Amino acid sequence: MELDGTRFEFFTVAYLTRIGNLSAGTLAELLAGLEQCSDASIFHHTFQTLSSHHFLTEGFSNDFAQWVLADANRDALAEQLAALDIRDYPSIAALREDLCRVVRAFCEEHPEFARQSALERFYFCESVEVTVPFGFAAANLDEFRDGISRLSHASFFFNFISSRLRLHLRTNDFSHWLANGLGLMPLADNINRIDIYTNTLDSARAKLLRLLDRERRKHEPSADR
Amino acid sequence: MNPVQIASRIPLDDYAAVIGAGELEELRALAKPLHGRSVEMVNSTAVGGGVAEILNRFVPLSEELGLRIRWDVMTGGEDFFAVTKAFHNALHGEPYHPDPRDFDVFRAYTDLNLRRLSLDSEFVVIHDPQPAGLIAARKNSSAHWIWRCHIDLSHPDPAVWDFLEPFVSKYDGAIFSSPEFARQLSIPQYLFHPAIDPLSEKNRELPPEFIADVLSRYQIDPLRPILTQISRFDRLKDPVGVIRAYRIVKRYFDCQLVLAGGSASDDPEGAEVLKEVQHAAAGDPDIKVLELPAWAPLEVNALQRASTIVIQKSLREGFGLTVSEALWKKKPVVASAVGGIPTQVIHKHTGLLAHSVEGTAYQIRFLLSHPEIAARLGERGHAHVKENFLITQKLKRYLTLFLTLAGNSGG
Repeated sequence: MELDGTRFEFFTVAYLTRIGNLSAGTLAELLAGLEQCSDASIFHHTFQTLSSHHFLTEGFSNDFAQWVLADANRDALAEQLAALDIRDYPSIAALREDLCRVVRAFCEEHPEFARQSALERFYFCESVEVTVPFGFAAANLDEFRDGISRLSHASFFFNFISSRLRLHLRTNDFSHWLANGLGLMPLADNINRIDIYTNTLDSARAKLLRLLDRERRKHEPSADR
Repeated sequence: MNPVQIASRIPLDDYAAVIGAGELEELRALAKPLHGRSVEMVNSTAVGGGVAEILNRFVPLSEELGLRIRWDVMTGGEDFFAVTKAFHNALHGEPYHPDPRDFDVFRAYTDLNLRRLSLDSEFVVIHDPQPAGLIAARKNSSAHWIWRCHIDLSHPDPAVWDFLEPFVSKYDGAIFSSPEFARQLSIPQYLFHPAIDPLSEKNRELPPEFIADVLSRYQIDPLRPILTQISRFDRLKDPVGVIRAYRIVKRYFDCQLVLAGGSASDDPEGAEVLKEVQHAAAGDPDIKVLELPAWAPLEVNALQRASTIVIQKSLREGFGLTVSEALWKKKPVVASAVGGIPTQVIHKHTGLLAHSVEGTAYQIRFLLSHPEIAARLGERGHAHVKENFLITQKLKRYLTLFLTLAGNSGG
């Protein structure tokens, strides 16, 4: 089978963590930090941290939720923060707005907890992203499958999850190319539905590869006859 | 002046079995724009200490990736190292009343090393305070200088920090092991977690016969639960607190405790703490207090692998890399929530944290009662180390930093 379309170029991505100058010792300070910190900081503590802790599929979602749970000891707020699904946010501004809304509402409702000291401080950091061409591109499903199977966790996450911020859409690089480059809309939709919170990156990639294999089988010569 | 000679080549391909071929391929892709670029690592000792241990592996692996890397060691007399040892303790927050001559000694040896070291690489990484003054060699060159600080600077003695800060602020960036160890600086500060080498003698797989032999040598029963803390005999590691926690657990489980650390013979305080530990352990044959030779990586590896639970009940801690060593071996870990430990032990996900003797004992009892949960924590701990605390990740961070400094991210 040959499917024509624009080529999908694979990149490798790596992140540096830059230590910021903001920190929080109470929920009120966390809220102030969330309002003031850079977009790169919100990205680091949500998108980037989910990538580097992808193997935790039971309740670990983002650094803010983890700190509220482990250091501020506020389970209900932690659950609310953990429930924010980064796939719903095509922009950091929208994600920040919701993080602030949730923490602000809690602080207003429980002013006695807002200024209570946490066990350890929360330090706001930032991600510095570096991308380098991987040196291969895909023009069809076979090459695409090969490329995806060779990506590191970070690069897979870059294309599959944080791509939403680049595309400003609720989709990912893979689905975007399959839909717009190869015209395979149902496959693109199925891939976009893979749950990254209940899968590790390895199991998410395995599901994606299975979906690609199923599609490839549809286009094998015997299937065409 | 000769750089440190590393004994043997370390094939990067050996790591494919550990991290996967894809991760390795990406390391090579990241290194490609840096092929042939020169890197110089400078520290104050070629043997002993964590920095030398990691550079011994890091330098040959960087060569495998095509970097022209060299490792230089600054020289100094006893007077210099007496001063820098005092600086080290003062930067950790111990009270110190510096003599102005201490600063003169520091400056004199810095000048001496400025004359003997080449310091002409495109990327120069200076490790720790001892060689920090070498930034004077930078002058107007376009080289990129980074200061890698391996110690906790959160509460430094002001006199020493005020002396060092003007040197540090001339670098292009500083690297710390934890955000809480950093200072408010005018230069960018980066977070690099310390890392373990999965193929080193301390961490590689061992034949079961070797592990059995080590247990037999130290008269440890392989059929009963083994609780282990590996650390030097230092009050900040709270070995006596570990014994108290063990005694609580012992009421419920017929277990053994192993406290193993390096030789305390050349460390007066260590020898004193060792005596306290032996006194606290007296009369209980199930407590093994082992004074290992200074360099016994295979024995440490075997003891960790044989353990049912690994403990790190520190009162204060730097990063506490022994935790990652245990997690890499899929061991459930019970540890104090201090220093860099919570970064490694994510409570209830990759291990259990405690804040007291009683809490430590409770978490151990919980894990001994629920071996399936202990196994799950061990598996996740292994995944956490694989993703975040291996030497290959450290290589990746340095490559990313060099690419960022060189301004050729994005290809």
